[in-house]
This record gives sequence, structure tokens and C-alpha cells, in this order.
Amino acid sequence: MEQLTEIRWHARAGQGAVTAAKLVAETALAADKYMQAMPEYGPERMGAPIKAFTRISPDPIDIHCNIEHPNVVIVLDDSLLDVVDVTEGLVDDGTVIINTCTPPDAAKRSLGVADGVTVACLDASGIALDTIKRDIPNTPMIGALAKVTEAVDIDTVKSLLEVTFGKKFGQEIIDANIASVDRAYEEVVVA
Amino acid sequence: MAEQKTVATTGNSVVAEAFRQCAPDVVAAYPITPQTTIVEEFAKIVAQGRVHTEYVTVESEHSAMSACIGAAAAGARVMTATASQGLALMWEELYIASGMRLPIIMANTNRALSAPINIHCDHSDVMGARDSGWIILFAETAQEVYDNTIMAVPIGEDPEVLLPVMTCLDGFITTHSIDRVQLMDDDSVTAFVGDYEPQNALLDTDNPVSHGNFAGLGGPYFEFKKTQRLAIDCSKGVIERVGEAFSKLSGRPFGLIETDMMDDAEVAIVVLGSTAGNVRYVAKQMRAEGVKAGLVKIRCFRPFPVEEMVSALSDMKAVGVLDRADSFGAEGGPVFLETRSALYDLESRVPVVNYIYGLGGSDVRLDLIRTVYTDLSDIAAGSASLHGMQYLGAR
Amino acid sequence: MSKWDISKMNAWKAEQFPLRGVIPDAGNSRDYVTGGWRSERPVRDVETCTDCLLCWVFCPDTAVRVENEKLADDTFDLDHCKGCGVCANECPVEAITMVPEGCELPEVK
Repeated sequence: MEQLTEIRWHARAGQGAVTAAKLVAETALAADKYMQAMPEYGPERMGAPIKAFTRISPDPIDIHCNIEHPNVVIVLDDSLLDVVDVTEGLVDDGTVIINTCTPPDAAKRSLGVADGVTVACLDASGIALDTIKRDIPNTPMIGALAKVTEAVDIDTVKSLLEVTFGKKFGQEIIDANIASVDRAYEEVVVA
Repeated sequence: MAEQKTVATTGNSVVAEAFRQCAPDVVAAYPITPQTTIVEEFAKIVAQGRVHTEYVTVESEHSAMSACIGAAAAGARVMTATASQGLALMWEELYIASGMRLPIIMANTNRALSAPINIHCDHSDVMGARDSGWIILFAETAQEVYDNTIMAVPIGEDPEVLLPVMTCLDGFITTHSIDRVQLMDDDSVTAFVGDYEPQNALLDTDNPVSHGNFAGLGGPYFEFKKTQRLAIDCSKGVIERVGEAFSKLSGRPFGLIETDMMDDAEVAIVVLGSTAGNVRYVAKQMRAEGVKAGLVKIRCFRPFPVEEMVSALSDMKAVGVLDRADSFGAEGGPVFLETRSALYDLESRVPVVNYIYGLGGSDVRLDLIRTVYTDLSDIAAGSASLHGMQYLGAR
Repeated sequence: MSKWDISKMNAWKAEQFPLRGVIPDAGNSRDYVTGGWRSERPVRDVETCTDCLLCWVFCPDTAVRVENEKLADDTFDLDHCKGCGVCANECPVEAITMVPEGCELPEVK
């Protein structure tokens, strides 16, 4: 289980974090890996801080406890940084990806994380507004995840978007989401 | 000793009479056979002004227990009665009553559960509620029904306990049969049960509190359940203490379990409720024939009297447990499972077998009990092997 | 803060909780801070505002402060305002605007 990757998502209810956590898990499945995706069960209120979790591993995952020491933390809304300790339990060589206009080196100082932590920033909301026309930054964040870590592969993400979003949405929205993933992949900046 | 008068009356009547003497502030109930005459008689007592109880008529047992919970949270002494499907309909409220630590007293007139439809006695109803956190007492006779009902009040209301208490009586067999019962004078009962001093009552407006709060999302739910477990464990000592005081007052013995002819017994039957009488009768016959037969009657099923069971049964050569309810798919009925589990830590291995009997009021004939003692004697003599669970007398 | 101190509740043992899980205090819902749900905050334009108090009437979280029959200078109780925008929507003179929260990280501001 040494290659187990544990991801914690921080978002506000309505930003699509649970969908993103599932999409990443499905991407892992498409890559013939094992995975879990789970929301933090609780009352859902639009705007309330929520967490979601994804586990990915090349080997079967037996554990079903909470993720306390994530390898990757993804923050979909930088206003949460005031409210939630997003780096709680993060491993020393972990990764934090934040949807923010703040440059990553400033973000890294602000978070006060260990030197070994990778901090990556992108304006995922701006990308979402440009492409999807709504501030739903979940798919851009997956594009960034693909760039910054090896947890998921960008091409698999895009082909899965076709399949899973194809059940609910028209081609225009699918294309917009794929465009958002591509732009995020290009625009994410690592400290 | 209390002043007592001996009357000929039914199990249901004595519940209504005991309720009157304990003077609940609120009774909320819905009628169901074979409990109906309890609530009818008590309603009549209220209508006659012989007790100052707020009698709430509701549209279902679900509402009956809900009303009881509300009234008890407000700070009232609360009583009710039900049976069978009615108890089943109360299921979710049973857990709320115990979780909120509300000492509601409820008579349950044991009746089978549908399907098929059946109104007669078995213990399937109460056994479905056995894990709900209620203290559960069983009665063999109308006399024990009366005694259990009165004792239930100071047991449940004890500040160290504060748990609801269910007093069980066998449908029709005990509820509707006329029996010889000694009733105590009102003053003795009033003094015995005392005044209820509720804690954290909602109607105590000088000390506002909030009940029924949320304890999820990493909240202390687990810790609350632990306090509930501590309370029901602690209730055992309280039940014994109350039983002792009641025995002094009434002259009638009370034990968590009651044993008969166990001093030199080699084979024993464990049983709940009215069937204990049949077993006692047959045990005496068997003794006349040279079988060292004994009887263990469980009066307090929750908390389960593990130590008492072990001490009563540890020297037996064979034990037969009678269950008037099946736990479908389990190794046997609930009383069997708990009895055998209680004996597991003994050095010696006591052979224990199980008989499911009398479901849906199927008659518990004496020859059936005789079969059990004969089986046990054969097992004790080594001429028969353990047979696990059997349906006693079913074709 | 209410008089019932629950700050260390997550470390309490079973016996330390009040019997039957009651909260032995009244009005403690004000201790439940819901401001963290907010992604936009209301801002009042004092010049335009007529102190009609409709925002106070409509606020579902009683997060609009009134003093002497006028809106308080510190108008919105941001510990409890969830940023729903009902006040801005109902304001007859459009004196309330909803402004996105936290565009920048705290230290970088």
C-alpha cells in the first residue's frame, strides 16, 4: 500500500467537490487502479464548508477510516482559508492546490507549511467563468491535479468527462468542461 | 407491612389499579388486544375523578409513545400500555425514551406479531424491543403484575437510573384470567413510590434546558450511549434494593431470578412469564418420580441477571431454556442465547438446550414440559446428546 | 458565549455530559457561528439607505443589527450572516450589495 494517495477536498457546498472527488476516483478506475471517494456525511447547505475525500491505490484498499494525513489537499474556495485549517495533518512532502488569484509563493508563506510541501495555485474560478460560464471550479481543479501530481492522467480525465457528463449535459457543456481542464493544466503555477 | 385486601381480578385490572395508586400525571395510550381493558379501566378511573391524570387519547401507538416522551420530558410521571403490533409501531420511540432517560412505565401484554394474524400470547413483541434500552420485567401471575408495576416506578425514577421500564404480562393467560391478588392500601403505595422529582424538566421555566439535541458529526453520541449502558448496569442494584423494600412492605419475595427446588437439582428449566407455573407443577411431579428437577424463573430480563443465572445453573447436569419467541436465523431463542452465553466462562461445561414453545398462544400443555424434563434427564445421564433448538410440540 | 462552557467538549468523558444530553442553558444557538458558510457578504451604502428596516424584517438569521430604530453602524452580524442575499434582494432602494468574500489570502491582504 506504499503508493496509496489520499486526497482531501475543501470546498463550499455547491462548488462540485463531491462530483470532483468521484470523477477523480472514476479516473483512477479507468487507469485500472483501486479507489474510494466519500463525502463527509452531514447536512448539506449551499455555501457551508464541506470536505470530500478520495483514495487511489494500485492495490486493493481495505481501510475505511477517515483520511487524517492526506498527501494532497485541494481547496476550491480560498475564502475557506480563513475558516478551515486546510493543511491539518498534511504529510511533510504533500501537495496543496488552491483556487486563488494569489501567487503560489505568497500562498505558501500564508499557509505556513513545511518546505517539502508543494503549493500550487490557479484561478480556477476565472477559468470556470470563461469556459463553463459559471463559478463551478471543480473540473479545472482536476486539470491542475493532473498537472501537479501523478494521481490522475489528463487524457483519462477528459475522456471520462465525455462519458459521465454525457449522461447529464449537452455537448456544449462537455466541451466547456474539457476546455476548463486543459486551461487549468496549462495555467496552474507551482511555488 | 401494608394493609392488604385479597381480591379476585384480572392481570389487566391490576395494572389499571396499580396505575391509579401510583398516580401518573399523564397517560397516553391507544387500545390494542389484549391490552385494551387496561386503558379502558384506567380511562374510567380518570373519568370518575379517582385519579388526577391527564389522559391523552391518540391515534396510534406511535403517537402514544411520542406523547409519553413529550410529557415525561416536560417533567411528568408518565404511564402507558400496549401489545404486539402496537409495541412494534412504537419501536423508534422506545429508543428515544431510553436515550432521553425518561422513566416512562409501560405495561406490555405479550402477544404474537403478524403474519399470520394472531392475537394470542407469545414474547415476540417484547423480544423485538429487548435492545431498546428499557428495563424489562416479566410476571408469572397477576400478583406479580401488580407488584412489578408498583416497583417499576421507584426503579425507573431512581436518579442513578432514569430509564423507562416495561412490565410484561402474558396476553390472555395473565391479562384476562381472574386470579387471586393481594392489593395494598393506597397510602402504602403512595409512600412507597414517593413523589417524582424530575431532573431537567422542560416545564421548569426558571432553569431552561434543551432536550433531544444533535450529537452527530463527530459529536458525543457514543459517549451518551455509554452513559445509557452505565445506567442500565447500575439499575440492577436499584432493582434489587427496591425489590427488597417492596418485599418488606408486601410480604412477597422478589428476585431478579426466582428459583424453585434448585438446592439439589440436577436438571433445570429456565423460563419467563406465566409458563413458570406449568413448569413448577411438572417439576414437582418429576421429583415424585425421582428426577431432581428445578426451575429458574427470570423476572428481570433487562438488565440480564448474568451472575444470578451463573450461580443458579453452574452445577446443573442439563439445562433447558424455554423461549416463547424465535430469533429467526440465530442458533436459538433470545433467552437461550443469553443463558448459554452467561455460562460460557464457567470452568465446567453445562449442557444447555433450547425449546421454542407456545408461539401465537399455542397451548403449553404439561406433557410438553414433561418432555423437556425427560430430555434433560437423558442428557444428564449421557443417554441422549445435545439437540440444540427444537420447536416444542409443533407438528 | 453562553454560561455553559463547551469549549473542551470533544475531550469530555461520558460522565461529564449533562444527563440525557440536555443543554442546560437557554439561547445558546447564538454560540453556533454560521458566518463561515458565507461566500458573499452584504455591504450597506449608508448614503442610499433610508433605514426602512426591511432588511431587518426579512433576514432569516436575525443578523441585521438595529439600534434606536435605525440600522446600527456595524449593520451586519457577520458571525451569523450566511450571505444568502435576501437583504440585498429585498432592499427597496438597492442600498445593499453582496461582495465576494476572501478574494485574497489573509496575510497577503
